[in-house]
Order: sequence, then C-alpha cells, then structure tokens
Amino acid sequence: MSDYDSIIIGAGHNGLVCAAYLARAGQRVLVLEAAAEPGGLAATREFHPGFRVSVAHTLHHFSRKIVQELGLTKHGYQPGELMNTTGLSADGQHVSIKGNLVKGVSSADAEAFSEYQAMLQKFAAALEPFWMKTMPRIGKNSLKEMLTFAQVGLKLRLLGADDMREFFRVASLPIRDLMDENYDSDILKAVLSWDAVIGSTQAPRSPNNTVLSMLYRMTGESGGAHAIPAGGMAGLVNALAAAAESQGVELRYGSPVKSIAVEGDENGQRATGVVLGDGERLTAERVISATDPKRTFFDLLGARHLEIEFTNRIRRLRTDGQVAKLHLALSGLPNFSGVDQPDGRLIIAPQMDSLEFAWDDAKFGRLPEQPALEVLIPSLREPGLAPTGQHVLSAHVMYVPRSLEGGWTETAKAELQGKVMQTLAQYAPGIEDLVLHAELLTPQDLEEQWKVTGGHWHHTELAMDQMLMMRPTYEAAQHSTPIPGLFICGAGCHPGGGVMGGPGHNAAGEILR
Amino acid sequence: MKRYDAVIIGAGHNGLTNAAYLAKAGLDVLVVEKNDYIGGAAVSRQMTEGWWYSSCSYVCSMMRQSIHRDLDLTRHGLILVPYLGTVNFGDQVGDTLMSYHAEGPAYNALRKRNPHDADAMFRFQTDLNRYAQLIRKTLLRTPPDPARMRPRDIQELLFLAKEFWSLGERELYEYVRFFTMSAADFLEDYFEDELIKGAMASPGIIGTALGVYSPGSAYILLHHVMGDVDGSIGAWGLARGGMGAISNAIAGAVKQHGGEIRTEAGVEQIIVRGGKAVGVALESGEEIYSDIVVSNLDAKRTFTKVMDKKDLPPGIYEKAKNFKIRGSSGKVNIALSGLPKFIGVPEGNRYINRGGQGFCGSMGTMERAYDCWKRGTWSEDPFIESVIPSAWDPTVAPTGQHWMSNFIQYCPPELADGPWTPEKRDAFGQTVVNKIERHAPGFKDLIVHMEVRTPHEIENEVGLTEGNIFQGELTIDQLLFNRPFPGYAQYRMPVKNMYMCGSSTHPGGGVSSACGANAAREILMDLKRPNTVPEDDCYDE
Amino acid sequence: MTAEEQSLRHATAPDPYADERLTLSPFHARQAALNIREAWSEWNGYRFADYYYDVEYEYFCIRNTVGTYDISPMQKYHVEGPDAEAMLDRMVTRDVTKLKEGRVTYVCWCTDTGRMIDDGTIFRLGPEKFMLTCGSPSLAWLKKARFGFDNLTITDMTDNIAGLSVQGPCSCATLKAMGLDGIDQLKPFNIAYFDFAGSQLMVSRTGFTGDLGYELWVEPQLALQMWDALYAAGENYGIQPYGEAATNMARLEAGFIMPDMEFHEALKTVHLNHDQSPFELNLGWLVDFKKPHFNGRRALLEERERGPAYTLTKLDIEGNKVAEGSWIYADEGCSKHVGYVTSAMWSPAVKANIALAMIKTEHLKGELWAEIYYDKELRQYEKIARCTVADKPFWAPDRARATPPADA
Repeated sequence: MSDYDSIIIGAGHNGLVCAAYLARAGQRVLVLEAAAEPGGLAATREFHPGFRVSVAHTLHHFSRKIVQELGLTKHGYQPGELMNTTGLSADGQHVSIKGNLVKGVSSADAEAFSEYQAMLQKFAAALEPFWMKTMPRIGKNSLKEMLTFAQVGLKLRLLGADDMREFFRVASLPIRDLMDENYDSDILKAVLSWDAVIGSTQAPRSPNNTVLSMLYRMTGESGGAHAIPAGGMAGLVNALAAAAESQGVELRYGSPVKSIAVEGDENGQRATGVVLGDGERLTAERVISATDPKRTFFDLLGARHLEIEFTNRIRRLRTDGQVAKLHLALSGLPNFSGVDQPDGRLIIAPQMDSLEFAWDDAKFGRLPEQPALEVLIPSLREPGLAPTGQHVLSAHVMYVPRSLEGGWTETAKAELQGKVMQTLAQYAPGIEDLVLHAELLTPQDLEEQWKVTGGHWHHTELAMDQMLMMRPTYEAAQHSTPIPGLFICGAGCHPGGGVMGGPGHNAAGEILR
Repeated sequence: MKRYDAVIIGAGHNGLTNAAYLAKAGLDVLVVEKNDYIGGAAVSRQMTEGWWYSSCSYVCSMMRQSIHRDLDLTRHGLILVPYLGTVNFGDQVGDTLMSYHAEGPAYNALRKRNPHDADAMFRFQTDLNRYAQLIRKTLLRTPPDPARMRPRDIQELLFLAKEFWSLGERELYEYVRFFTMSAADFLEDYFEDELIKGAMASPGIIGTALGVYSPGSAYILLHHVMGDVDGSIGAWGLARGGMGAISNAIAGAVKQHGGEIRTEAGVEQIIVRGGKAVGVALESGEEIYSDIVVSNLDAKRTFTKVMDKKDLPPGIYEKAKNFKIRGSSGKVNIALSGLPKFIGVPEGNRYINRGGQGFCGSMGTMERAYDCWKRGTWSEDPFIESVIPSAWDPTVAPTGQHWMSNFIQYCPPELADGPWTPEKRDAFGQTVVNKIERHAPGFKDLIVHMEVRTPHEIENEVGLTEGNIFQGELTIDQLLFNRPFPGYAQYRMPVKNMYMCGSSTHPGGGVSSACGANAAREILMDLKRPNTVPEDDCYDE
Repeated sequence: MTAEEQSLRHATAPDPYADERLTLSPFHARQAALNIREAWSEWNGYRFADYYYDVEYEYFCIRNTVGTYDISPMQKYHVEGPDAEAMLDRMVTRDVTKLKEGRVTYVCWCTDTGRMIDDGTIFRLGPEKFMLTCGSPSLAWLKKARFGFDNLTITDMTDNIAGLSVQGPCSCATLKAMGLDGIDQLKPFNIAYFDFAGSQLMVSRTGFTGDLGYELWVEPQLALQMWDALYAAGENYGIQPYGEAATNMARLEAGFIMPDMEFHEALKTVHLNHDQSPFELNLGWLVDFKKPHFNGRRALLEERERGPAYTLTKLDIEGNKVAEGSWIYADEGCSKHVGYVTSAMWSPAVKANIALAMIKTEHLKGELWAEIYYDKELRQYEKIARCTVADKPFWAPDRARATPPADA
C-alpha cells in the first residue's frame, strides 16, 4: 500500500486548495513544500528587519466558491476592503477608479466607463462557468462534459444577440482598440490596460489575448477590483493551510522534491511517488504537481518519460516573466503629489504607449527606457507589515525581460532600480530619502528563489493559444498527464494564474471524479 | 430615366465580379466608378510612356479558379502565370536565401544555411498546407451568424464544425493555436536560422498594422500563402499585362452579360428613402435609381462618407468609425532601364529573376520597422517585397527595360510630425531606393521613373481608407462572422436593399473575387433568382 | 563531375546555376561514366541514378551476379555520448539497449500518436556511439527527440560518409577478391572494419534487396579509389551499378517497404490518418513493449489491442497484368472496396505477378480481387484478378543468411 493517496508538490495557494479538497473527500494527502512556509509567490516574508511583503501583493478574484466550501473564513480569512485604483498624472490630474465610477476624466468618459464596465462584467459573468470547471477534451469526453461549452454558449446567447456579437468582437480585440473606442482620457486607457497586459508578452496593441485576460481577471464578485486580505496575503495563505490541515492534510515544509518516481511494465509507466532532496522516497497513488509545467515535466519528471511532440509543446510554452518586483522599506509615508491617501493601487503609465514602448524595449531583451509601475503601500492597509510609522512599498515593474541582453548583472539591476526610483520620484518627490532598504527582484531572481520557470507568476503566459483546453497544452489540459498517476494543479493549468484557486479546485474535482 | 436592377459602387475587381454574376442572372446592372479607369487596386496604369505599373496590388494567388473558369476570364484576356522562385535578402548585404523553384535545389539552398531548417521546412509546408486547405473551403461561402441561428446559419456552422472535426483532435487544437498566435512564435517552433525565419515570417505582416511578434500575425501569414496557382498551394502568380488584366477580364464578363460600367462617376451619396436604398447620387449631381445598391467601397468609407448618418440605424455609424482599417503599407513603382544586379544572387541565372525579391532580414528587423510605424515614422530599414514582372511579362515595359514593383511595410497613414507632404513622400521613396541600392549597387542609375505611394496617395486615388490594402485589418475581431461588423457579415447591410461586396466583407483582402461573388449569391437569393455563382472547386482536397 | 562538365563550367565561369545544381555523390564521376542513358533523378538534393543501362539487366545483376547501389544520399547521423543509447531507445520502437557493439538493427520511429515518421537502421559503432541512417532528412526530429538528454552530440554525417551497397550472389566473392580478408565470416547485420588506402573501410552485412549483400562506408575522399578497387575485383563477376528502378524491384520481391509508396511520412502528411502505423505496415515485430517508454508507446499499445485499420499484405495475383495502382475488392463484382495496391510488378525471378497492398484488416481472411487496368496497343482493358495472400517474401534465398556464403 502506498504511503499516501495523494502527494502534492508545492504549497502555493493552488496546491493547498487541491490538498484541502482531496482530504475533505477522505484522501490521505501530503503536501511537500521546499520553502519554510506555505504560499509560494503569495508567501509573506521579511525582506528587511521589521519589513514584510509578498511577491503577489493583492487579491482580486479569489474564488468565493472555494472560500465557502473550504470554510476559509472560519480559518481567519477576511477579504479586505476593495481598493481604489489611481492612474497617476505628472500634472497631478490623477484618474481614480472605484468600482464602476471614475473620477478625473470628462463626463463623457465617466459615463462611458460606467456603461462599458457593466458590459464587461456581464461578459465576465458569462464566462464564469469556464473558469471553475475542467475544460472538456474534444472528442474524448462524454456529452456531459461538452455541456460546459453549451453552458457558456447559452449564457452568451442570453446576453441577447447584440451583446453576444459584441462579445465575439471584443474578445479578441487589442485592449488599445477597446480603450480608443470607448474613452478619451489617456490615463484612464492606460490604467485599464494594465490589467489586460500584466505579466505577459502582450502590449496594448497586441490582438487576441488582452481583453480575454482582462475578463478572466474581472471574474468574481469584486468585478476585478483589488484588495488586501486581513493579515496581508499571509491571511489567505494561512487560512488555506489551516483549512487543509483541519481536513487532515499533512504539510511538510523545507522538503524539496528532487524527482517524481516513475515505474513501468509492459502496459506502460506510472507515477508512483516522489524522491525528496535528501533521498527519502515516498509512495502515493498519485502525484499532483502544483509547480509550473516546465518544472514538473522536465526537472521533476524528465522528458525521457514523455512523448517527443508533447515535450516540445511544453518546451515552447511562453513562460518568461516580464515583471520585476521592487520592495522598499521606507522610513515614512511617501507623498504622492495630489494623492490624499495612497492606500490603493497607484499606476504609473501616463498613456497606453508608455506600456507599448516599454514592451518594445523588453521584447529585444533591453531594459525599458520608461518602466511602467503598479505601486502599493500595503502597510497602510496592514500596519503589521512594517514598524510603526514606517512603510513598505511594493511595486510591479513592467516590462522587464527574463533574458536581458548581456545578462542580469549587478550593474543591470542597479540600472533598472535607478530607472524605477527615478520614475517614482517624479510622482513622489523625496521618496528616495525615505528608503531604508530596497530589494529588486528580476524575473530571474523570482525564478531562482521561488523555483518558478521564467519567474512567471502565471507559470505560463495567459494568452489564447495557452488557455482553456490548450492550457498548458492539450493532453494535459484536464489535469491528468500522459503519465498515469501524475496530475498537475498549478497556475499553468486552466483557468490560469493570479491568486484565484481555480486550477487547484478543478484538479481536485477531476481527481475525485 | 433608366432605372437599374442594381447599381454597384466601385469598379474594383470585387465590384466587377459582383456585377458580372448579377448580370449573368439577368439583372440590369450598372457599375459606377469615380476614376477614369476601372480596376480599383487591381489595375495596370501607364504612369510613364511605355511602362505599365500594377500600381497597387502586384501579384495574384487567391483568385478563385472556379470563378476564373466560370466567367470565362481567359477568353476575356486573362492569363495567370506562376512565379518560379524568390530571393530573400538578409540583414547583411550579400547574405541571400534562394528559394529555388525545384524541390532538390531549394532543399540544398536551405541545407547549406541550416540542415535542421532544411528538414523542418517539410513539416512547415505540410502544416501550412493543412491550415490552408481548411480555410480555402470557407472562401466562397457565406459566414454563419452564430447570434441568429436560422437554418442556413446552422448549416454553415455545421459545415465549419465538420471541417474542423476532420482535422482530428490534435490538429484541431493546433489550428486554434495557430489562428491566435504570432508569426514569430509559430516560426520559432520550426526554424533556427534568422533569415529563414524572416523570410517565412514576412507574409505575416504584409498589409497589416501588426508586427511579426503580434498575436494574430500567423493567420495573416496564412492569408497570403493559402492561395494557389493551379493547385500548387502557396504559389504566387503574375497576370500578363499586370493586375489590370484581371479587372479588364472581369469587366469583359460584365459587358458580355449585358452589364454597364461608367467611369468618372464618383458617388456622392447613397440615396435612402423610407429606410430603403433606392439609388446613388453622383458627384456630378446626377441621380441614378435602382432596386438595390451594392457598395464595393470599404466599410468605413461606405458608412461614414457616402451615407448619411441619419439614414443608418443607431450604432452603425459608430461601428464603421471603429472599424479597424489602418494604413500600414507603401508602394514604390520604379521604371528601370535594365535589370538590377543583386549582390549574393548569381549573375546570369535566368530563372531566379522570374520570381520576387524579399528584403526582409531577420524578424527583429521587421519588428523594429513596425515599432517605427507605431511611432508615426518609417524605418530606415523597411521590409520591401519586390518583383520585376517585366522579367517575363513583355507587355509591361519597353523591350529590354524593366518595371519593378516594391511593396513596403511599414508606412504610417500619418506621420508623428504632421500629415504627409510631397517632400516627406519623396524622402520615404528614397529610403526604399537606398535599401535596394545597398543590395544592388548601381540600382539608382537604372531608375527611369519612380512613383511613390504612401497610404495618403493610395487612399486619395483608389479610395481605400488609410490605404489599407485589405479594406480592413484581418484580425479575429474582423474575420468571418465579424467582418465587417458582427451581425452584418452576410453581405446585407443595415439599410434595406443595400449590400456590400468589397474586401471589407468575408473572406477579406486579396484579389480573390470571392467577396464580390459571395455578395452576388446572397443578393440573388433575396431576389429569389437562380444562383449563378459557382461552388469552389477545393472541397475534395 | 565528369570531365566534360568540368570543362563546360570552366568555359563559362562562374556558373550562374552552380547553386541550383544537385549535389554530386562522391561516386559520381564513375557512375556518370556508366550512366550512358543519362537517366537521372534526385534524392535528398543529390543527383541520383534512376537506372544506368537497362532496368531489367540491372535487376538481374542483383539476382545473378553483383551490383552496386549508391547510398551516399541516404541521411547518416552520428549520435554519440553517455545519453546516446537512452535517447535513441526513447525515439525508436525497438530496444536499442540490446543492440551489441558491431551490430546493425532495422528500426522505425513514430509520432506521439504512433504514426510512422520514417524507418532506418541503427549501427552501434561503440559503447556510446551510434549511426542512424534513414531515407529522408530527420535532423529536426532528432533535435526535438534529444531534448532532455544533455550528454550527447548529434552530427549530420550525410556529406561526410560515402556509402555504396554491394548486392547479389557474387557480392561476397567480389569483396574477397578486393582483399577484404575474412569478409565471408561476417554475419548478417554485423559490422567489420578493414584497412583501406591508409584509412578505414567499414562494411556492414546489410542491404535492401533481400539477397546476399553488403554496404561499404568510407570517407568521401577515398570513394573513387574504393570504387576502382571494387570494380577491378568484380570485373569477372560482371559487376554493374544499378539505380532506383532495379532497387525498387528487388525490395518489392523481398517485401520491404518504400517511403512514398507503402508509407507516407507522418510529419509530411496533411490529411488525418493518411499516414501509417508500424502495425498497419506489418512491422509490429519492430515494436517492443517489453522495453521502457518510447515515443508513441501509449498509442501503439492501444492500436495493438484494437488491431490496425489496414494491414500491408503481400499479394500473389493471377495472370500477368501488373496491378499497379489497383483497387482491391472483397468480391469479383467489385462492389466492396477493401484496399489498394501500393507497389506491384511482374517478378522476373519467381515468375509471379506480385504486389504489396493495404487491405482493411477485417477483410484479410476473405476473398480479394484486384481491379487491373492495362492497355493493348493503346486500347484500354480491365481485368478482375483473384489475389492470394502470401505469407512469406517472394524472394528470400538461403544465401542471404548463410555464413560463410557460397562463392557464387
């Protein structure tokens, strides 16, 4: 008999969600985590004495279904208050978004925003059945599974013929076109574009992927608005770990997995367990990897156990992260000119071309001349993250290539940090004097420290050719893999990245079926 | 005053095709054309004594051969001759990639550069063929409307579903991926060599405001290579006498069936009465009445220029305004006193000049040219696709002299520092000449006459908004049942008795005659007349 | 290049078509001199003889004396390194780990879905050194297949090794006369090395004719010298080069498959299932489910369970009208179509009307009829001929396997 029913590799949020569901169904589940605490990229860590932060810094579409079914509230999870998003303007004429209301733009834009935002939310709602279900495998599933398509089709049809047609048109539209069609304000357009392009090799002019990515992020009750849960991101992670443990899941930290064990006979091979870094072998009925597809299939399993074309498809996945992370320990609250209380998301991208041109640099492996930023001061929401009176600033920096021309030398990192600080100082004069410590994490740093291929926090870029029944690739899009007994449940699975929980939830559903 | 059964606005090849099929069905048709010549962008014009430029479109691969045969275009003077082979030029002068006509030499040329890529080319061609075969079957069909689902929509949807299904599970996924990905991503899976990738990627940007790294450019690539000449998929051909020979032949078919064509008859406005299109008012003030009106103009021009907003149902004007029809291409036509000598192309090879020249360089070079376009300028190192038709079409230039067609990607519709001026246009032309001169020293000395067309000139002369050669971007939001707008993809327009037949409709740009023929089929169906439009002959492929 | 060609090129130098001319084999000078019919075709970018003098004469050299066939255009890859064995073993369907040093084995490899990409041979040249030969370029596939196997190198040796197949009952005698001492002790599918002109000549007892035969492998610089030695030795046996046409006859009698005739390479196939699986090609014996994972294994296992849709079948057809391109029916009335002929010929050696055909597996046991079209002085005729399934190759002489083989 195997040691466990299921061994899950990685205690990121998806691994924990999957573990909790399996244990809830009566399985003996072990979660193995290389780091000393759960959470993966959402784990909160001290980057300077007394200052704590997580790489993923907000929540915007964590599944309510998971919260309810796993009783996360009981384990201390409280979704935070929804944040404003402010697009900073050099002249102080900021654009501020709260829910479906926008300030700082013309009345025509404000009206259009409310209307169109509502329309997009309708689209997002119509797509919802897609996200929390396993994608059917074309030609291989029963009629029942194919009903997922029918269900979404029906939801779209119920939008009415005009809205349905509009959906089919805008779903593949470059975000830039959608913005230009609806709004005049450059800052509003750029701020809204941020959520469509973040993390990907897509820029506002890129067709096919950006609107769909945005709709994915708009799923859920907040309609895409961001929040920091009580206790910071640790609030969610700890609740998930507690929920899993309360179901009987065994969590082992500091236990990196070296490889997935495979045994075979004339009828084929099968994953039978894992080998740990210290050589210990553990057996299980199945192994479920919450790590990214390349790490799972190449580093842990080995291509020799796989088919050649399948291997090639995994290899060809776009997994290079395009976002760097800057963490600042600040001696006081920076003053963003014209912003009363910088406790929301601050986006520094004056126009869509700021994003587009930053990408133009990054796609050739260069640092962006003008990086675009999403800035957050989480300590304003969660005072425990910094000593009293002091603050943490957390910023996403786009676009930053994983493979920099000439490599990520210390000089290159310093240059990027200089550019970011310069940009910040334009909007928050004097901020440089408040900096006690700065930590810049390039995609390469994220890859090395968190063991995420390419440093991509979605594991695999969210784009139409890598979504739905093609995520991460066909023949592995239903969480099972070509190796019987090996499953995947990370962000590289449908529906995708972000702190949402869908992949872990769907994987558990598929395994328990 | 004579009343026509149908008036067709614009004597481009699709307008003429539409007219030919309506006339063939016995309708009394009139084609009105603003210019003093017919053909629109499929035209041969004598811009300087002795030289006939195909001044806009310059090659032909998508022309539906069932239409060619059905309208008897050969008898009306059309003969299409296939290319023999092409040369692609790398970023370094002298670095050339020959695509020889025969398989063995073509393989050897690739193998010399990169044996891996020479092998990969077989799989690449196979996969492209597979994709092309499926899409070709949709060209002469009317797209379904998934939001309406009348029996015909369901029938067409089932047809598409059946064709997709016949690919098998894996290829079906691959097809969906291919449709949405970038040319660069697509090609990286096959090739290693930068010039081979550049050469294969270049069709992915022709005519579009996308770069090789933009998702969706893989489909554009297919759009350019899905055509065929006599069953050889991906082959390109020249029309003897230039592209005007195509339009002239179709015009011949129009006249043969009793249709009329009037030039110098620009339309000021489509006359709408009681919610119905009843005719056209010409720029001269003359009004011509008809039972139906068919616009071969692009969607933006149709609804924002020759129609009154008040005649349109709400929302249509806005849809037209938002229609993506971006100027991204330039054209430089050059009369030459002799054949240029290209560095890296064997001198005296009489066959290699029977094809085209692609000044593509690497994908990065083309992408940088796109980045310039985004910034409202042109690249000093643009992608140029050239052909010297006179090398084997003796009718387009004086004996022993030559005509070179140069298509440039990218050329912005407007410049960052203001609108186009004659000086800027000439500077753009010089950029093109300079690049060719780098690869063919002495080229400048051969120039007898030169005509530079930016999007500005193309729009002014041919009427294509922003000079967009496809009458609208070929991105998913504007393809199939989204073309030109969702809900209006079946050639019927929001005003009763009004139709569209240009490249703004399915299946989009290219000299295919498919848009015009598809529109004719829909019109005849509405008029309860027997269909005269043939089926495509590609279904048993 | 012949002297004539060479002088022609010098006269008009530089040749504007140099780049466009086919590659010439290291043996070309000698072969061109003997190809008095100028019957050339092309293989992998090489100029390649369709035949030299007369197809049937060349065929009978294979069956009666000794013939040579230029296999230089065949693709040859060296796969070397600690991971080479594992990498090839994962790629092909046969167990490469069982291949001993100095041995050759016939293999095929498949896509993920178990459709055949190509067939070829693997030579084990050393503990960690292999040579893979095959009919079509395979470098792109090899590079894909090697991902995950870091300790190996793949080198395309096609242009660096001259290969000449020496086939026929007198082939061993000829090689002996050439001075390859001990060649008669070389067993089928074994490799031997001989000193030649200060270098090394590799000989494998392999071939594509179903007859006694050897393949000679040498560096291209020594190709002509080797040819001369071989032809001097074979003079008294009537040694003769043969081309593609005679090869095709010999291999059909032996029941060997030919790309583009029996199978369509999977990676070059546009239409679903228009490629073939090893089971369909009657190559199930090449698929070894006892070994660990290999590409296409799952799909092939499934196919073995359900049985192949088609089975490549050797047919003995009544009468003497060649069934080329014929359709096969389950009844004389030709109402039930059950297959198609892939290759067909009149076998001069066994005096039989033979063919290879793809037959729907469930109809193998029943009656089979070929619908044959033929002409008599331009007038077209049709004949419905009964077909008998042959279990064994039409040509499989004992001498092909005997060691040592008889001298003639």
